[in-house]
Amino acid sequence: MTSGGAGTATVKTWLPHLLMGAGILYFLVPLLWVVIAATKSQPDLLDSPALWFAEFNLVANIEQLFSEDGGVYGGWLVNTALYAGLSALGATALAAAAGYGLARFSFMGKRLFETALLGMIMVPATALVLPTYLILSELDLVNTMWAIVLPSLLSPFGAYLVRVYVDESVPVELIDAARMDRAGELRIFWQIVLPMMRPALVTVFLFTLVATWNNYFLPLVMLSDADLYPLTVGLTTWFNTAQQDAGNRMLFNLVVTGSLLAIVPLIVAFVLLQRFWRSGAAAGAVK
Amino acid sequence: MTRSIPITAPAADDLPPSPRPVESRSRPSRRRVTAHPVAGALFVLPFFLVVVAFLVVPLGYAFWLSLSSKSLALGTRFTGVDNYVRAFTDPLLLDGLLRVVLFGLVQIPVMLGIALAGALTLDAVTTRFAVAFRLIAFMPYAVPAVVGALMWGFLYSRTFGPFADLPTLVGGDPIDFFSASLLLVSLGNIVTWAWTGYNMIILYSALQGVPREMYEAAVIDGATPVQIALRVKVPAIKQAISLAAIFTVIGTMQFFTEPQIMARFAPQISAGYTPNLYAYNQAFAYSDFNYSAALSFALGFLVFVVAYAFVFVNRKRGAHS
Repeated sequence: MTSGGAGTATVKTWLPHLLMGAGILYFLVPLLWVVIAATKSQPDLLDSPALWFAEFNLVANIEQLFSEDGGVYGGWLVNTALYAGLSALGATALAAAAGYGLARFSFMGKRLFETALLGMIMVPATALVLPTYLILSELDLVNTMWAIVLPSLLSPFGAYLVRVYVDESVPVELIDAARMDRAGELRIFWQIVLPMMRPALVTVFLFTLVATWNNYFLPLVMLSDADLYPLTVGLTTWFNTAQQDAGNRMLFNLVVTGSLLAIVPLIVAFVLLQRFWRSGAAAGAVK
Repeated sequence: MTRSIPITAPAADDLPPSPRPVESRSRPSRRRVTAHPVAGALFVLPFFLVVVAFLVVPLGYAFWLSLSSKSLALGTRFTGVDNYVRAFTDPLLLDGLLRVVLFGLVQIPVMLGIALAGALTLDAVTTRFAVAFRLIAFMPYAVPAVVGALMWGFLYSRTFGPFADLPTLVGGDPIDFFSASLLLVSLGNIVTWAWTGYNMIILYSALQGVPREMYEAAVIDGATPVQIALRVKVPAIKQAISLAAIFTVIGTMQFFTEPQIMARFAPQISAGYTPNLYAYNQAFAYSDFNYSAALSFALGFLVFVVAYAFVFVNRKRGAHS
């Protein structure tokens, strides 16, 4: 940048900073509201100013959260982590193998499959949920964790992403050299290719993790047993009860505190792992 | 809005530069691949099986189901395209479809416009404040749509939220965010809040991939930052913008979670408020799985066609320029 450019830049940056400030306020206020509301008791939630603290009741809320309905919330938290973790691991593994296979091998029907892969990305996921439910209920698999994990393994975009990444950053000479040294195909994949595609894999893993953690439609359709619910479905059932039983039992403070604890892990993961998924993003951009 | 397809930043970077991703990539790869047909097919096989089990078979099954109808009097019988005729003459479905299309026509340009402006700002301003903005704008992406809808529902409500009663401070009437006239705006705000930062990051990553030499000449010629942004940077990431638009369209057409949650605050959200909500209710409230399958299949097909047409037009335009 020229010195003149820098000079005019400092004069003119008040406007973008003002707009970014407005943006920060817009994106942050609902999150701040949850944090503040989670520290309030049920009566304070209704009566005190919405965006300021009242009596600090967070610890009591959390205690009540984990003891309500025989501690079912803790189960939902574990379920969510389990479903999301297994799905993300599985989808990433499948995408890694398929992406490598498509990028570095030739076999019958490959060209056709690659064209189809682009089409698969365009298929709306929710259109598949109802027929999948009917098929899995024939197989007696609905209302089990597999009804969530197995359909979540499908990630055409993940495979596509890995394929593009391998094409650009895993040199074919390296694989050929390993073959000369008589390394097996699996060993080449495991010891040479896999470490090289780590940024792409971290990206696929994180985004599949979020998709499954936040999924609502699939578990809503598949699960009927409250002990198997993930957080999204569990919280809505509590919210329904809170509204219907507003006369005798109030659960709004639990819905709010439960919502806060449901979003903290992912936000922390994204902020802490920023370097990794952003490096995946940057690495993917290298042509 | 449900999006189980991860649209990731690298992907946005990878797709745009070549107007014809498949063809242009497979040309060099013809030289690069090694012939180990069995090993290659084995690497793809597990993924292929999942595709068959959870994409091909459900789609086929939905189509097959949609061709019959079930009634108490006659049992299950083959009815051909009757379910589709019923769907496309069903005022409830058409209402919902029209509502979602109108919603998308306003919400998508607004959201992508803000996302683009944000991305261009981030690309030009590199202060710590900008870094904080980037991080905070992305946070709602990590919030489940359910929680986002609940939060905004509370914020909109008169009992819990700070906004509805604001006009009363100056003697006005309280705002009813759940009223018929404001409901779509209220829903649009929830979606915009959740997805703007995500799209902004995608467009920002694409901007980062634009070689600086492309606008050095413009800087020397004395172009202002705004001119450079609009005339050089935006055209350079056109493909990433269209890609973000396609995925947003796919997401919008599946609109489900926010209206379903918001129905607890706004009872006028009917069983057919969006096509996806309608398909869900046909299956689980009315147990009409055949009709529901027809709705799912028709909706999926429609989205697929719209998205593919979008890609096709884009490629054509890319080929001409």
